[in-house]
Amino acid sequence: MTGLLEQPKTDSAPQLSLPMAQRQARLRPIETDGVPALLAERVTKRFVVGRKRKPVVAVNDVSLRIPRGEIYGILGANGSGKSTLIRLVSTLLTLDAGRVEVFGHDIEREEMAVKRVINRVSVDAAFFKKLSPHENLTYAARLYGMDAGQAKRDAIEILARLGIGEKRLSRPLEQMSRGMQQKVAIARALLTSPTLLLLDEPTTGLDPRSKLDVQAFIEELRDTHDATIVLTTHDLDEAERLCDRIAVINDGRVVVEDTPDALKAKVAAERGLAPTLESAFMTYTGKSLDDDLGDDDKDDDDE
Amino acid sequence: MTLMTRELRASYAFVERNFNLTKRYWGWEVAFLVYAVAGALAVSLIGKDQGSDRLLLTLVIGAVFWNYLSVVFSFIAETVAWERWEGTLEYTFMAPVRRYTQMVGSTLFAVAYGLVHTVVVLAVLALFFELDLSRANFATGAVFMVLGSFSFIGIGIMTAILPLMYVERGAQMTFVLQSVLLLISGVYYSVDILPGWMQVLSHFSPATYVLEGVRAGLIDGTGIGDLFGDVWPLLIMGTVFIPLGVWLFGRAERYAKRTGKLKRVG
Repeated sequence: MTGLLEQPKTDSAPQLSLPMAQRQARLRPIETDGVPALLAERVTKRFVVGRKRKPVVAVNDVSLRIPRGEIYGILGANGSGKSTLIRLVSTLLTLDAGRVEVFGHDIEREEMAVKRVINRVSVDAAFFKKLSPHENLTYAARLYGMDAGQAKRDAIEILARLGIGEKRLSRPLEQMSRGMQQKVAIARALLTSPTLLLLDEPTTGLDPRSKLDVQAFIEELRDTHDATIVLTTHDLDEAERLCDRIAVINDGRVVVEDTPDALKAKVAAERGLAPTLESAFMTYTGKSLDDDLGDDDKDDDDE
Repeated sequence: MTLMTRELRASYAFVERNFNLTKRYWGWEVAFLVYAVAGALAVSLIGKDQGSDRLLLTLVIGAVFWNYLSVVFSFIAETVAWERWEGTLEYTFMAPVRRYTQMVGSTLFAVAYGLVHTVVVLAVLALFFELDLSRANFATGAVFMVLGSFSFIGIGIMTAILPLMYVERGAQMTFVLQSVLLLISGVYYSVDILPGWMQVLSHFSPATYVLEGVRAGLIDGTGIGDLFGDVWPLLIMGTVFIPLGVWLFGRAERYAKRTGKLKRVG
């Protein structure tokens, strides 16, 4: 880790929602000049689903430019294309059209270089559940060519920060709560010191305490670690608290992109609605949060 | 860090992970071992019952070497299915690891695991029966075991792509293929008794040549030099199947990424 815990910590007492004025100032600047951390140009991805072989456009002509050091939020209903976009950047899907660069590396031509600088935390903490956190993290570290001893020391440090003691590292993961498993998943992603961290609904399904721990940790990362973070979430308070900018994605398209404050101001000025992210989300997607939680995931691709 | 160091560490990741999983699933390992030993004994006892030392040795060799080859095959072939079941497939494929590095690690563990498994089965059979190995040529047996390993590793890698391409059916196909190999390879009988069309198929199974060669070596004491007819198909299969398997695996990975098949299901 690059001095993850040596840097001064922020004074954030975890809160679910902070008004704009209380949102803490970031300690590390966003580098708007130079090579962007993530550049997506006119990215399109289609899937053929069902027996009728009907193509579904999961990501439709999406362009993004995310500078180094930014926390970039992606909001959207289930099936809107958020996770597909994350998978495309993670090199887990191929592009049908467009191009993606991570720190200037094309994800198709320089796949291995991209893989070395990214990592991802998904909504489900995918592990070998019979193995302990230590065994799972050692496996992950070795895959990235890291020394196992150093990885263990880093893992202990990160997990301690997330509230998991060293003595729990030897027990099978299946004996841990969902929240603790997700924290181990975050530790796994951070072990490899990614400069682009893809967080795909990392707090969905977590209990309030775990959610706060994870959110506080993301804030700490923002201020102490040289990482750009892309965060997809259903939690509007979380997006407002953590993200420098937010894109709202609907039916595979980015329908609006701006800072949380600008989005709220825009919807208040243009539509006369309450200046909240929820108003902005409903305005630009035509969906309420209830719809969001009830929809099926269009990304699902069965045989 | 050199590329070689990085790749070796990554290869070792698969060895260590599989070792840890084997350790954690020790109850199942014991169950599988008991099943393998019981199966080998049950088949070999037919030879004892018939009062034929040659039949007994034929069956023991079939049971022991099929156990080894099938363990190696299934461990490699289930590499993807296993990760899909655990939900870790995307994480392994997202890591900066070359496929041949992954295959080397999976293969090393599979061979080591297969050897340990087989030694246990062999030890129990040796305790049960007074095997007449006075004429045995052990060098011949060892050569065929090594050659057979390469061929089965290649087939295993090629089979491992099935669960990549077909989320659930792939694992089922792997199981069916293993069953077909058992049927056509003359594990417990001569392939000469098979129907003509099955005898044709038996020529495409490396197990056919391994078992013929091992039996000739251990029962009749035949040297490797006199078994070239069984050696060259294995040499060709081993040389062709492994690179072909890795290449096909790459194509299947590309297909899975195009169609979204790497995603966790269930």
